[in-house]
Amino acid sequence: MNKSIILHILGWILTVEAALMIFPCIVAALYQENSGFAFLITIGICLLAGIPLILKKPKSKLFFSREGIISVALGWLILSIMGSLPFYISGAIPSYVDALFETISGFTTTGASILSDVEALPKCMLFWRCFIIWIGGMGILLFILAIMPMTGGEGMHILRAESPGPSISKLTPRLKTTALTLYIIYFGITLLQCVLLLIGRMPLFDAITLSLSTAGTGGFAIKNSSIADYSVFNQIIIGVFMFLFGVNFNIYYLLLFRKFKLALKSEELRAYILIVISSIVLIALNIGGPAKFFSSLHDAAFQVSSIITTTGFSTVDFNSWPTFSKSILVVIMFIGACAGSTCGSIKVSRIVILFKALGKELSFLMHKRSVKILKFNGAKIEHEVLRSTNVFFVSYIFIFAISVLLVALDNFDFTSSFTAVAATLNNIGPGLEQVGPLGNFSSFSALSKFVMMFDMLAGRLEIFPVLLLFTPGTWKK
Amino acid sequence: MKIIIVGCGKVGAALAEQLDKEGHEITVIDTKASAIQNVSNTLDVLGIVGNGASYSTQLEAGIEDADLLIAVTDSDELNLLCCLIAKKAGNCQTIARVRNPQYNSELDFIKKELGMSMIINPELETAKDIIRLTRLPSASKIDVFAKGKVELLKIQIPDGSVLDNMQIMNIPARLHCNVLVCAVERADKVFIPSGSFVLQAKDKISFVATPKNALDFFNKIGISTSTVKNVMIVGGGNIAVYLTERFIEMGIKVKIIEQLFERCEQLSERFPGALIINANASDNNVLIEEGIKDMDAFISLTNLDEENILLSLYARKNSKAKVFTKITRLTYDEIVSNMDLGIIVKPKLITADRIIQHARAMQNPKGSNVETLYKIVDGKAEALEFHVSSNSKLLDIPLYKLKLKKNLLICCIYRNNKIIIPNGQVFLKEGDSVVIVTTNTGLDDLDDILD
Repeated sequence: MNKSIILHILGWILTVEAALMIFPCIVAALYQENSGFAFLITIGICLLAGIPLILKKPKSKLFFSREGIISVALGWLILSIMGSLPFYISGAIPSYVDALFETISGFTTTGASILSDVEALPKCMLFWRCFIIWIGGMGILLFILAIMPMTGGEGMHILRAESPGPSISKLTPRLKTTALTLYIIYFGITLLQCVLLLIGRMPLFDAITLSLSTAGTGGFAIKNSSIADYSVFNQIIIGVFMFLFGVNFNIYYLLLFRKFKLALKSEELRAYILIVISSIVLIALNIGGPAKFFSSLHDAAFQVSSIITTTGFSTVDFNSWPTFSKSILVVIMFIGACAGSTCGSIKVSRIVILFKALGKELSFLMHKRSVKILKFNGAKIEHEVLRSTNVFFVSYIFIFAISVLLVALDNFDFTSSFTAVAATLNNIGPGLEQVGPLGNFSSFSALSKFVMMFDMLAGRLEIFPVLLLFTPGTWKK
Repeated sequence: MKIIIVGCGKVGAALAEQLDKEGHEITVIDTKASAIQNVSNTLDVLGIVGNGASYSTQLEAGIEDADLLIAVTDSDELNLLCCLIAKKAGNCQTIARVRNPQYNSELDFIKKELGMSMIINPELETAKDIIRLTRLPSASKIDVFAKGKVELLKIQIPDGSVLDNMQIMNIPARLHCNVLVCAVERADKVFIPSGSFVLQAKDKISFVATPKNALDFFNKIGISTSTVKNVMIVGGGNIAVYLTERFIEMGIKVKIIEQLFERCEQLSERFPGALIINANASDNNVLIEEGIKDMDAFISLTNLDEENILLSLYARKNSKAKVFTKITRLTYDEIVSNMDLGIIVKPKLITADRIIQHARAMQNPKGSNVETLYKIVDGKAEALEFHVSSNSKLLDIPLYKLKLKKNLLICCIYRNNKIIIPNGQVFLKEGDSVVIVTTNTGLDDLDDILD
């Protein structure tokens, strides 16, 4: 493996992170908060480590799939470790394990918190918490691809490892323009949401942080009550934008270039909308009954949009909902939104592909010589994609089961342990019972927290990069 | 007419033979000297060895005063190029065979832009024929004439049918069905029957009827008419693709058995709604497992005639499905036509037929009063369409009073966009189109039908 080029990329990651920390510094300066110095210290550490790594030219330019995957996995690890330092140094989060948990939860756009009183944090820390969600949503390496001078195909290996979904597609011939386009769309929609929230008379600081948090579908709020205290108008804005950030960004690209037909052809989008609408209707009927259907529609819609896009905001304590509604939420936790969005979880496209594969298998049992090509979005599903989707699903279940076993050692009730893992592996945030919208993750043991940190990273990077990091074969010559 | 045929394969030779018989001056061009020799040994045609797309070769063949150039080489692009050059070199109509399905949706564009009279896709035409035949499940053949407005259905009278030993004139009274039997094939002979003709079981009768009457007629003579819902196709070539396309549109379930895995994948990609089986159909277990018994139609379209014949024989024996057999080779015609193969489709003959029809249509307006001439019943009889003019001797006389030639029948009158199946009381009016079926050749004028 070409370690020198990986170190070079890690150097870039550190430097970019240092640059990103300038924003919370500005926030600290505006609100005259002392904890801003924690960011300055961290910036120093990042630059000290990062600059030499960049300056040292890599010995060889060889860059293959393996290098790409390892850079991504290591990059995210280092990103989280460095990103957690301000919380720890400033004393905002006294335990380092907790600080790391909170940071990984942010970068992976999970939004699971160990804080019982969010409002006690300084503004700059609140901003950083939401900002890392925004960065993590689209991917830090994609950001670096957009700005870093890279040549050749190395970018594709990185994109493949970092982007969510069963298969990736470039939007433009040049990867750099693809990365830049994605970030421009991302930034544009975030800005739009922020403006709309301001129109809804939300304070500027809240509007910015909540927009960042929605865009990355993370779900860190800056109030203990999450979104419940904001006006209905603002709740609707956030609800709609969560849904929008769950749509594959390629579709926005197509819309931008007026290729409406192609955009509407997306099978995944149709399936996504179908799942969302049916879940909303079922939950609204279940919690309100036919009589109060329309009044419960708002809460149902917000919560479904929040959970399926793996954001994790809440306007009500859905923990107190009937079991059927809670079960729907748990099911859609595992579905997630579209591939190529900022969401976590298994993704609608994989679910659709798996369902089609099931249909094929059943028809194969009836006609053992039949040949059937599965199609998705009108194109043939390559055998490679089908295989990796199957393996992905199986490893997802394995990791989930093992994590539940390990977390169960803490001896909490079954629903709490089960949904805590579901909420972290699927990058959602809140689960049910103890980790419900009003609870938090602080009472878990250090072991459980490490397991969940692993789950969050595995969920965000879609398992394989993280697994490769822990495979001995990766590091052998 | 002066006709140049480029490409002297099976279709080219069949065309040359037929057009030569009909009295045209034929020149054939082929790159292979042996192919030219074969044709010019048996037919009175001029053969030229050379590249048909070359200007000088075309000049040599007399393109400057030719009326029609027909390009039927193996290559689509060469055929188109031949036509393009001929168009520029001379002033003739052009016909090309283009079989690549990729050009299919663009044929109209090509035809128009290259100024061609006709582009023919043999596989597509074959598929159209098969589709037409599946509509009426038990009719074993349909000939179309009068520009597709009149259908001539051909069936074999089953054993024990009411038609056995029935006089034709008794059919309307006994069966309450308005059909007109216009040709009967018994053994190798073709009869144009009069009213007193007695039908026998195993006769192949051709009759004209409206689609509704035809269905009624089938039911009454003991031929089942359930519509086709399940089709099994063996061999996933281009014909199968065209067929499947239409069948799926019509809501018919299609099963395709194909040997090559890659081809199966392509088919499955194109037709998600069809069931594609990757197997060798000559293993009869495959056919049984895939439910040949429950099929309404079985179509064997593999590249091997022998395999198609075997498959069809098997299907005839083991299912009630309507069986179609594709035969590519035109030799051994007699043997094949005596086998129980259901409906035999010959893509090469279909191609030649269509082209000859076009050639006749080109020629006819010049000479006689024949509007169109169609060969029916495997070319053993002709259906001629005449326009009834004001000075015809036949006007306003009831048909039964006319003294018609032997082996000749007025089978259909086309008046004011309506098809009339005539009986003896009907008389002709000015402006009618009338279709005459006969085994006598050489009719030039409507009045010639009188003895």
